[in-house]
Parts: sequence; C-alpha cells; structure tokens
Amino acid sequence: MSSFPHEPAEVVARRAGKPHTSMFLRMLIRAAVLRRGRAASALLAMIVASAVATAMLNLYTDVQAKLRKEFRNYGANIVVIGRDGASLPGSALVETESALGGRGIAVPFAYVVARTSDGQSIVVAGTDFDRVRKLNSWWSVTNWPANSNEALVGARAAAVVSPKGQAFDLTFQGHTIRVSPAGTLRTGAAEDSRIYLSLANFEGWSGVQPSTIEIAATGSPEEVSESLQRIAQAVPEAEVKPVRQVMEAEAHILGKTRAALLASCSLIILTAALCVLSTLMGWVLDRRRDFAIMKALGASGRLLNGFFAAEAASLGVVGAVIGFVIGIGIAIWIGRVNFHAPVVPRFGVLPIVLLGSVVVALLSAALPISVLRRVEPAMILRGE
Amino acid sequence: MFFRLVYESFRRQKRRKLLAGIAIVLGVAVATAMIAIATDIGDKINREMRTYRANLLVTPQADTLDVEIGGVNLKPPSDGAFLDEADLPKIKGMFWRHNIVGFAPMLPVTTHLNNGSAVTLLGTYFAKPFSFGKEDFVTGVRSTNGWWKVDGEWPRDDASDVLIGQRLAANLHVKRGDTLTVGGEQHRVSGILSTGDAEDDEVVAPLAVAQRILGRPGAVRRLYVSALTKPEDALARRDPKSMNPELFDRWYCSPYVQSIAYQLQETISHSHAEQIRQVEQTEGNVLARIKGLMLLVTLAALFASALAVSAAMATAIFERRAEVGLMKALGGANASIAALFFTEAAILAVLGGAAGYGAGLILARQIGRAIFDSDISIQPVLFPIILVIAVVVTFAGSAAAIRKAVLFDPVFALRGEA
Repeated sequence: MSSFPHEPAEVVARRAGKPHTSMFLRMLIRAAVLRRGRAASALLAMIVASAVATAMLNLYTDVQAKLRKEFRNYGANIVVIGRDGASLPGSALVETESALGGRGIAVPFAYVVARTSDGQSIVVAGTDFDRVRKLNSWWSVTNWPANSNEALVGARAAAVVSPKGQAFDLTFQGHTIRVSPAGTLRTGAAEDSRIYLSLANFEGWSGVQPSTIEIAATGSPEEVSESLQRIAQAVPEAEVKPVRQVMEAEAHILGKTRAALLASCSLIILTAALCVLSTLMGWVLDRRRDFAIMKALGASGRLLNGFFAAEAASLGVVGAVIGFVIGIGIAIWIGRVNFHAPVVPRFGVLPIVLLGSVVVALLSAALPISVLRRVEPAMILRGE
Repeated sequence: MFFRLVYESFRRQKRRKLLAGIAIVLGVAVATAMIAIATDIGDKINREMRTYRANLLVTPQADTLDVEIGGVNLKPPSDGAFLDEADLPKIKGMFWRHNIVGFAPMLPVTTHLNNGSAVTLLGTYFAKPFSFGKEDFVTGVRSTNGWWKVDGEWPRDDASDVLIGQRLAANLHVKRGDTLTVGGEQHRVSGILSTGDAEDDEVVAPLAVAQRILGRPGAVRRLYVSALTKPEDALARRDPKSMNPELFDRWYCSPYVQSIAYQLQETISHSHAEQIRQVEQTEGNVLARIKGLMLLVTLAALFASALAVSAAMATAIFERRAEVGLMKALGGANASIAALFFTEAAILAVLGGAAGYGAGLILARQIGRAIFDSDISIQPVLFPIILVIAVVVTFAGSAAAIRKAVLFDPVFALRGEA
C-alpha cells in the first residue's frame, strides 16, 4: 500500500478507511493477471461449458417449434365438414379464417360425383388451387391450372378420361362442362381418382357449394385445439374435428425426439461441467502457495473461503456471459444448417446458464479448498 | 526401469490415476452413447412413424376409379377388381421383407343393419399371426394404424366379433358386449372404435367376416403396407424400365419406397403399388431434420468429452511437476521423461476407453429402453474406433502439459515455485 510515497495523505487515509474491499479486489485481479495461462485455461473451460449448455438449452426449447413446422407439411390437422354431407353456408370460409386469425391456412373443397362422356362415375372436386398448393405440399403436380376451364386430373383418372391429354366432358345433373387437363396429380391416395377444378368453374357448373374446409393450424397442440374450438363456435352449422392421424403422429414423434434430445443434452452438459470441475480444481490446487501465505499472514478461514469463492464465482460469471454469446451463435448456426430457419435467441436461458456456471465453479473450488484447509501452511510453503 | 517407473506410478498414485481415469471413462461413455443414439435414432423414429401410418397402398391393377369422398366409398361393392388374400404372406418372402413393419388388408362391404339402414362393414386384420417359411409374424391394423383407439377389446381375427365406430355406436345406442345384427348375421361387439375418420361410422370386422358377407372368399380391396424406406434421391425417382441391368440391380436392392412398391407389385399378382405421398414425403423431411440435429448434437458431445478428458489429463500432469524436476535433476532426458508420461497416458486411455465403451453401451441401452422401448443397437466396429479416439484425445490433452512440465527448470520445480 505504501509503495507510492508521493501519494497525498488523504488518499492514503481513504484507502486505509476501506482496506478490505480494495485489497480484496486487487488480489482477485492480480491473481488472474499474474497467472494468465492457468486463469485463461480455467476461463476457457468455463466458456466452452456454458457455450455448449446455452446452445443445447436453446435448441431444446426451439426444436419443437421447428419440427412442428415440418409436420405442418402433412397438410390439414383440422377439418370442417357440413353435417351429413350438406354444403357449408357461404360465409363459412370467411368465418373460419377470422376465427383462425392468420395462424394457419384454410382451404375449401366441394365434391360431386359426375359422369364422364362414356357414363363412368368420377369424383370431381372444386378448390382454390393457390391455397391447396400451400396446404398439401406433398402433391406431385406436373402443371398447376392457371386458366378458366382447366383441370388438375388425378393420375388414375387421367388414364380413364383423358389418356392423350385431350379435353373432355363432365356431366352433373344435366349440366355439362368441357375442361382441358392442365396437369396430372399424383398422391398415392384417393386424390389420384379425382378431377380438380377451380372453385369458380366448379360452382358455375354444378351449383354445389363447398362441403369441406381443410385447415392446417399452426402452433402447439394447445393452440391448435384453441383454434379448433374458436372455429367450432364460428361455424356452428358444421362439424369441426381434428385429423387424429396427423395430430397424434406429430405429438408422438415430437415427444420421442424431445426425450432423446433431453437425454443427450443432459449428458453433454454433465460432461462440460466435469471439464470445468477438473480444470478449476487444478487451478485452485496450483495456488496452494498463495493460500498458505495468506494463512501464514493471519487471514481468517472465512476470508480465505470468501476470497476463493469470489474468484470462482467471478470466473463463473465471466465464463457464462461469454459462453452464452458463443452458444447463441452455435444455436443459430445449427438452426441454419439443419432447419434452414433462424433459431430465436432465448434470453431466458441466460439466468440458468449463469446460475449453473457459478454453482459448478463454486463446487470445483470448494473441493480442493477443503483439502488445503486441513494442511499446515508451513508444509505447503516448504513445498511438501 | 522404464516399466518399473510406469508400474510404480500406477501403484503409488492411485488417487490421481483414478481421477484422470474417471474423466476418460465418463468422456468415452458419453461419446459412445451419443454416437450410438445418433446412428440409430433415424431407424427408431422411422419405426415409430411406421406404426402410426402406412406409407404404401396396393390396389388391384384393373380396378375402376375410386368413388370416394371424405373416406366414404360410394362405389358399388361388387364393382371393380380385387387382390387375392393368398398372396399376402408372400410379402414376407420379398427381398426387402425385413423392412416391412406391417401390412393391413381392407375390404369395405356395403351391407345393412337389422333396422334396414345401410352401413359399411370394413374387413381387415387386427393382429393376425402368419408364418412364411420359418418365420412367424403378426400383422394388422394394430401395428399399422397407431391412431385407432379401442374402448374394450380388439376382436380376434379368427372369431366373428366386431368393432363398431363410435359415432355409429352412439346413434344405435350400442355398447360393448352387445350383439349387433349386420348383414343378416349376429356379431358380438367387442369394443368401440374411435379413429376420427370415416371408420367412426362403420363396423370393422375380421377380414373373413367381410368376405363371407360379400360372398367372395379371399377378396381384398386395398392393402396398406408400412415399410422402412430410405430417402429418395435421383436414382430412386428414375423409371426402372429405362435402367441398364447393373443400375437396375442397384435400384432394386436399395430400400427406396419406389423399389419396395415395385417388389410389392411383383409379389402380389395383378396389383398396383403406390407410395402414399402425404406420409412418405413429409416424414422423410422430418426424419432428415431429426437425424441432422442428433448428428450435430453428437459433434457437440464429442467436443465436450474431448475437452473434459484433456482438461483432466492436463491437471494430472501439472500436479506432477516436482516428480519431473526430480527425474531431470537425476539426469533423465526430456525424451524419455515424455515417453514415460505418454505411456502412462496410453495405458489410462486404453483402460478408460474400454471401460467407457462398456458404460456407454449400458447408457445407450437404458436411453433406448426408456424412450423407444427397444434396445439401441451398436455396431461392434465402433469399439476400435472409440479406443483410437480415446488414445488420440488423451495424447492431445496431455501433450501441452507434458511439454510444459519437461521444459520447466528442475530447480524451480523442486523448490515448489511453480
């Protein structure tokens, strides 16, 4: 303290007034600066551990939303059907959409059984091509209809009505429409046997209104069932039901994936904590001479504990903050590479990582200190 | 002398060796378990998906168009062609038989209840036992349609009990255990079926019952097949007719959904097999994402365990500077001291790696049982790879610390002034 002889007396007096705090801080900082190598390796371990923990926690909370988006490619998870096959009221689509509030996509479908020119029964559907394209991304379509009186013909239906791609007639209740196939549709299911027209064409020809609205609602299962209830209230004339095979498969697969990810993340975080533990233990053991000198100079056990605890805790805090930033970067990178979508940084993870780091750091310091405390300072100073 | 030094070092410094060894065991165990999970998770999730929904549909080749709206068949039941039930067990004789998780035939029959109203009776397998060659297997909707829920008991395939759809049951006030007259026959209702689909308004019966009512023994209208497939690539999408024999063999022997469909067509006479694109295409994407995610997580795990092992090794060597100083003071050459430490590290790595591999196997198995109700399989070829990785990581972790220890002036080391 008195190494600066020209310091004004009041400065010396001020320092003397609170010697503990400034000396404490000074020791903390000098310990880190003088032993840069060891401190840096301890800090590095801390940073890596908290970066990994941050990235994993971030992914774990985000992965569900990401995978859910993939599952939405399945198509509808809610269907609205007129009771007993009846048409829905004209306002049903508008009301469904306002109940949905932009969280999903609703596509109307109208169906009739028409006859081809040689008298075969065939299912003809009217729909909104732009919407159905977004809803059912698995539809394999050679060319989407763009003009009026163009139809999308299922692969099996095409072989019957228009094997050479020529225009054909469809008759329903005495009305005939002549349509030309724009492209063929292949799904491997019932759609292959159908012919799809634009809703305007379809209604003008058959006079039948949509009887089904297929909805792909986004969000968690709770949000989807909320959407379902709002739609059921908005369209009381219709039956609104979830598509169980989609919803349950989604919940099931998500559950398994999350469990596997949770197990992996726990293992990784455990390993990272282990890494911190062994590095910090080495660091504290390495400083047994400092410890001995302080003890020999009359430092109390409490002060020593406090000193090492403060050192470990500040290492934990600094490591956690730097690691958090790096971890967010890793999570964003994984989001880009694997999901082709940004991962939203979750700042809620920070307190968890911070707390975890400090606890692990304190634990790592506590173990060697309890060993050192039992040793006489003279023994350590003699190098035994 | 060298071996004695190594031996004594292990004998006398049990605590230190144990600490470093534990770190290696844990690190290797985590790495092994993660690699095992990452390599197997695709298959596990794929199987989970396949027990939920079938991804292939086989229909009669000469069939007329489906006249079906919202899952309700409007086609006259006698119309069109049928598949032959006798062909079904042959599926288990196909090249990709092990990839077939299950299949379920369907035969919808329009019939009437005793009050005269029309009803669809769907004939299928619930859990029908088969044997083909030496192999026994059980298949039916219970293993392909995971979302079908039954309140009560599933009927036996060789009995005449039926399931009734929940909406139909509510309309008719039928409870389980009641007797239902359908198609002029009396059937006991063993349970109420809920699917959220058209089956809620139908009666679901063993296939033989539907065939008897229709009067066409051995008839099957559709066959749903759940098969484990490989994601499509350019080869998968090519037309097999345009391939040369060599390419065709490669295509045929890859579990693409297209080649499995092709083989189903070969196996079942007069049939047409098609992938159900809604299932196959979307689930392929989901699966690819999950696999990619686990791969990246595994990389993180490998990185973390490598770091943990090297940190433990560095600490262990750092503590032994006085020993190094003594050896140097007695005239030990840097190279031989380094060799001593590397030998110790190698022994630790091999022992710890072997123990860690064993622990990792147990860990992976436990995780597999807990999450997927089945063991996670681990390729034995992983063992030497894991051991090599353990030795490399241990060496890399020790190298810097050994170098520092060897270069340190013995005077300072012996005086304890590190």
